[in-house]
Amino acid sequence: MPNMSLQKNPMPEQEPAVRATNFGEVALGYTAEMAVNEADRCLNCKHMPCVSGCPVNVPIPSFIAKIREGDFQAAYDIIRTSNGLPAICGRVCPQESQCESKCVRGIKGEPVGIGRLERFAADWAMNEGNVSAETAPKNGKRAAVVGSGPAGLTCAADLARAGWDVTVYEALHTPGGVLMYGIPEFRLPKKLVQREIDNIRKLGVEIITNAVVGRALTVDELLNDEKYDAVFVGSGAGLPNFQRIPGESLCGVYSANEFLTRINLMKAYTFPQADTPVKVGSRVAVIGGGNVAMDAARCARRLGAEVSIVYRRSEAEMPARAEEVHHAREEGVNFLMLTNPTAIRGDEHGFVSAMTCVKMELGEPDAKGRRRPVQVEGSEFDLPVETVIVAIGNSPNPLIKKTTPDLPTEKWGGITTDDMGRTGKLHVYAGGDAVTGAATVILAMGAGKKAARAILEDHA
Amino acid sequence: MYRIAKKRVLNPAVTLMEIEAPLVARKALPGQFIIFRIDEEGERIPLTIAGYDRERGTVTIIFQKVGYTTEKLDTLSEGDYLMDFVGPLGEPSHTEGVKRAAVIGGGLGVAIAYPQAKALHEAGCQVDLIVGFRNEELIILEDELTAACTELTVMTDDGSNGNRGFVTQALAAKLAAGEQYDEVIAIGPLPMMRAVCDLTKPYGVKTIVSMNPIMIDGTGMCGGCRVTVGGETKFACVDGPDFDGHLIDWDEAIARSRMFRPEEARAKEKLHKCRRDAMIENAAKGGA
Repeated sequence: MPNMSLQKNPMPEQEPAVRATNFGEVALGYTAEMAVNEADRCLNCKHMPCVSGCPVNVPIPSFIAKIREGDFQAAYDIIRTSNGLPAICGRVCPQESQCESKCVRGIKGEPVGIGRLERFAADWAMNEGNVSAETAPKNGKRAAVVGSGPAGLTCAADLARAGWDVTVYEALHTPGGVLMYGIPEFRLPKKLVQREIDNIRKLGVEIITNAVVGRALTVDELLNDEKYDAVFVGSGAGLPNFQRIPGESLCGVYSANEFLTRINLMKAYTFPQADTPVKVGSRVAVIGGGNVAMDAARCARRLGAEVSIVYRRSEAEMPARAEEVHHAREEGVNFLMLTNPTAIRGDEHGFVSAMTCVKMELGEPDAKGRRRPVQVEGSEFDLPVETVIVAIGNSPNPLIKKTTPDLPTEKWGGITTDDMGRTGKLHVYAGGDAVTGAATVILAMGAGKKAARAILEDHA
Repeated sequence: MYRIAKKRVLNPAVTLMEIEAPLVARKALPGQFIIFRIDEEGERIPLTIAGYDRERGTVTIIFQKVGYTTEKLDTLSEGDYLMDFVGPLGEPSHTEGVKRAAVIGGGLGVAIAYPQAKALHEAGCQVDLIVGFRNEELIILEDELTAACTELTVMTDDGSNGNRGFVTQALAAKLAAGEQYDEVIAIGPLPMMRAVCDLTKPYGVKTIVSMNPIMIDGTGMCGGCRVTVGGETKFACVDGPDFDGHLIDWDEAIARSRMFRPEEARAKEKLHKCRRDAMIENAAKGGA
């Protein structure tokens, strides 16, 4: 008889008041006992609706069954058959809109905590179990992967498992892409990302850091001079967007990319121990309503600032995960909804002193069905702040497009591909934010996986 | 890891290093830059490429000890390693079709003006190279500079080399005398580049400047290096670092360059404390 509790086993967490002052992980993970109890809530449905909600089709009921039996190693091995980065997905996937949204238990009560169980199995295997590095015999085929974020790492791992020699080219000094520079330590510990990357290296994947494809090397050189059989481009999102309002180049205005990179990749929160500084001031405004805005706000909070999220629509339209919004609020982040910045003001030294905003109200729905915000007449006000963080998305990086003239791209700059990640250029595949624009880790992984499958099919 | 193949002290404040970085050397062009990081805790610092040797796989950098990281870099010796060295970054300088040019280098900018002048000169362009230093003792690379241009003018602020004045005064004299340049290229501290632009504007001479703003990744991700050019936001790492100097918002660029000045002072304190501690430790060892 399964556990018929309507609620998930709650996730143990650091207390909000405590965690708002440190960069340690917020969610602490299930104990073995909690995991078995939660696994017991799974009805093991024959038609497996949860699997169809997973972009990489993890065999969810099978791994949960193994957790229920207490065979955590087997549970982990099952996840790894389709997911190369389970400790990461268990933490940052939006399960509520994917696997868990399809869970039968969610019809009445909360769905099974699939993400929490995935995280449990991955953490258990890394700490106490074995991480297999089995690959098919080498087949002499070689692939180059551009970018070591979630798309590139997933593609690299799948190709290596199939017997390919894979080299990953990474522009930064550390592999991991957005997992290292973007997502903060308190949501995704960097040691854990390192370990997942080490697991991929154990498959024989070589990662070359400080190698900028589009500058030091081109896609054509990888194909023609380096003689790779296939190239996968997973170069991620690029140039940060700004609102084009006055004052965006004042000192104290950061793109979320810059702010998060200083903190996560360069460890500026330990300055002056780390050499890279970050300035937050005592009052911070974060423009935007996505997960990146929440990450930036929660980082600024941990650096001691009063933080306001400024978003032009209402909370219902915020693209951030409910859990992130909830966590940010618990940590004392203010939410100024239906508020749109119109200018950033500076002092005589060129530093931010305030942000001018107007109040908005919701009008008619737009093409996507989201109600369009309209300005309320005479509602202008000044928000006194020293720092403004702009988290309104990215435009594609121009480097690869510029140096690969025969690679077809969309009008907005993203690389054009078919459903399987094939580009319009022979032997070149692409996936992740470079194709879709800013999206999620798991969608990038799904794209890397599909492209690996296409590469294997096309080069069989 | 990237080996320091050669280190040459050019003057008390300026040092040249050749770094073994074959991937950078094979593609480097004048006008481009690299980003280096000394160690695990290090910050990413952009430096313009001062030269390269494709066969030996080395890239030359010239730096002035202006901040924490450049001071620390200067403590390293030949045979030591840098943890990271990435490039070439930025767009190369466009020199096609330029037949007559004035290249202006101020202070450390001289080191960066040198490869630009050399490339133009080698392409058959007539190059007036005007460089400036505070005094005669700080003059660097004089032989190299002489060989890289048609006419070299070396100015000193105090006149100790017999040529007193700023680079702008030398350029002003040439323009007033009716020299017709296709292009003026100015490289150096922001106020100096701005002064050159102010000078050339009334003459309508196209003036290119090389911006070196604060940046992190250098590949178009962080957006820290934004510069307003002709009212538009540009990113120095992917759109530059060369821009039309007459279109730059100089007040903004100068303000942005000062953003982390207090933090820089704190970091320097750390370096000086490290040195003090090392000295105390050495003294203690010596005493034992």
